Amino acid sequence: MLDPSTETTQSSAAIQAEADSSSDSSFSAISQIGYYLLHERMLSIGLFMLIALLALWLIGGQIVDPKLADPISGPQTAPPQSKYWLGTDFNGRQVLPLMIHGAPLTLRIGLYAGIFGLGIGIILGFLGGYMRGVIDAFIRIISDVFITIPSLAVLVVVASTIKESSGLSVNAMGFIVASLSWMWPTRVIRAQVLSMRESNYVEVARLNGMGDLEIIFRELMPNLLPFLAASFVGAMASGILAAVGLEALGLGPQHEPTLGMTIYWSLYYGATISNWWWWYVPPIILVAWIFITLYLIAAGLDKWANPRLRQSL
Amino acid sequence: MFLLVVWLATTVIFFLPRIASDRNPVRERLVMMAATGNLATGMEKVVEAYEREYGLDQPLYLQYVRYLSSVLRGDLNVSLINYPTRVWDMIKQRMPYTLGLVGISVLVAFALGSLSGATLAWPGAPRWLKGALPVFLTLSPIPYFMLALLLMFVFAVRHQWQPDWWPLLPLAGATSVTAVYDGWDIERVLDTIKHSILPALSIILSQIGFWALGMRGMMVTTAGEDYVTLAQMRGLRPGRVFGLYGMRNATLPQLTSLALAMSLIFSGVILVEVIYRYPGMGTLLYNAIAGFDYFVIYGVVLVLIVMVAASTFILDIAYPFIDPRVRRGA
Repeated sequence: MLDPSTETTQSSAAIQAEADSSSDSSFSAISQIGYYLLHERMLSIGLFMLIALLALWLIGGQIVDPKLADPISGPQTAPPQSKYWLGTDFNGRQVLPLMIHGAPLTLRIGLYAGIFGLGIGIILGFLGGYMRGVIDAFIRIISDVFITIPSLAVLVVVASTIKESSGLSVNAMGFIVASLSWMWPTRVIRAQVLSMRESNYVEVARLNGMGDLEIIFRELMPNLLPFLAASFVGAMASGILAAVGLEALGLGPQHEPTLGMTIYWSLYYGATISNWWWWYVPPIILVAWIFITLYLIAAGLDKWANPRLRQSL
Repeated sequence: MFLLVVWLATTVIFFLPRIASDRNPVRERLVMMAATGNLATGMEKVVEAYEREYGLDQPLYLQYVRYLSSVLRGDLNVSLINYPTRVWDMIKQRMPYTLGLVGISVLVAFALGSLSGATLAWPGAPRWLKGALPVFLTLSPIPYFMLALLLMFVFAVRHQWQPDWWPLLPLAGATSVTAVYDGWDIERVLDTIKHSILPALSIILSQIGFWALGMRGMMVTTAGEDYVTLAQMRGLRPGRVFGLYGMRNATLPQLTSLALAMSLIFSGVILVEVIYRYPGMGTLLYNAIAGFDYFVIYGVVLVLIVMVAASTFILDIAYPFIDPRVRRGA
């Protein structure tokens, strides 16, 4: 998976020397990332899997006609064959186009959760970690309480009451799921800010007369970047997890072929008992692929941000 | 903390749906019943009687007070589909299955994961264990119920590629469809265990990697501590150093993450039950959602929240027994 071409190894050696002389040019920053990627299998495998996923989304979505994912575009429950690569489902939808057009919908839900979760997490995390005092105590307790509450339970109540006859739309689903994706980012960011604000370089910046906002944006934010990226990916994963969970319970968008809904329909029509494996195995593999991708990226970023972890792993 | 969690959760699930929509579940349910011919005459009167009984005609804050007091009394109203049956009675029947599944799988996964993680951090870990870790780590981010479906595909459905001796486990339920049991005799227990293997396994497989990774991280730090070196130099048996000096000290942070993971574990188990039609609270919830049995949905969700909060609470008060450092009230 790693192809260390001679070119990159050479440049990475050069970067190492450069990094030792502690130069700060943007060139060195970029190649430092390259050097890091070569030596960090988790992150690079994760990124590779992400690229494959994006390729499926962007290229597959262009090549494959979305109409093929509509009902009665093929025969009923045909097993995989040369004409229908992954077979067809009970309603005559072709499974392969269904996957290609369903995966982006699931990813979109995850993106909502990631963006919203990270946004709220940054606001609350910085507010608590930087201001401390009563505000911090309040934010800490609230986020701890919400971590303990099973979010699926809350989401079930919300989704089942506002479910219309046609089900939720993908966007509504995304917003509902996103509303409970901020706890972990808040917790992680707050803890980091709390420890960083005591560090020497922040002290120096303060003595130099930097304002609070300036310190936050020019000193803390850049150092937090890997954590922020990891939080984003984590919030995305938890959002998709909540979404497929709701979908498995039948609370998803009824007319949209998200991956979770495909699994729900296959169960609904008894695909396991009837042994129509080509219907439910591909979406599971794709969802598993998404989760493993996000997990590897988040873990890789965490290791990057946390050199102590790097040694123990 | 326990009370705070339960109060906040109940408040959120009371207000959020009411802000988000103005559906009247009782009315809708009754209209549905009328449409199927169950309840043709005097529709309006019945709806009004229901609304009075559940206080739906009162202002929101009064409804809230009423709701809180009924939750405190443990009164979860009655099912709309199985009308006179009380929701609590329905849940009471299902709860042992859910708790059993959660309990067994968490115990096994936590024990196996922690033990293997600790072994990996200690010198001389067996090679097969080192090879197994990436496999379990790969399984760990996959949602339990997807793993459940994959296990079902492999171990519960007959395929051509399976050899004759391939073990096939039950596909659904907690007992065989044909079996009729009066009480809990040994046969029924065995049957239930057989039906629980796959649901439990899907949770265990997904969790082992998580606990192993956490434990390994903790053990690496612990193994470097001076008191471990001292214990080794004193010539204590390696097993004693490993267990009492190493693992016992490394377990505490693991328990903290277990407490934080409880909500995910419970929601995961609920979904696994749906896949295997296991007669726990998850299947009850699934059926209630399908029939829009409002009070059952609420009841299951409330009990679920209380169970998660309670398990977190129990883990919290268990710390001092495992780690004396906490007992001294540091």
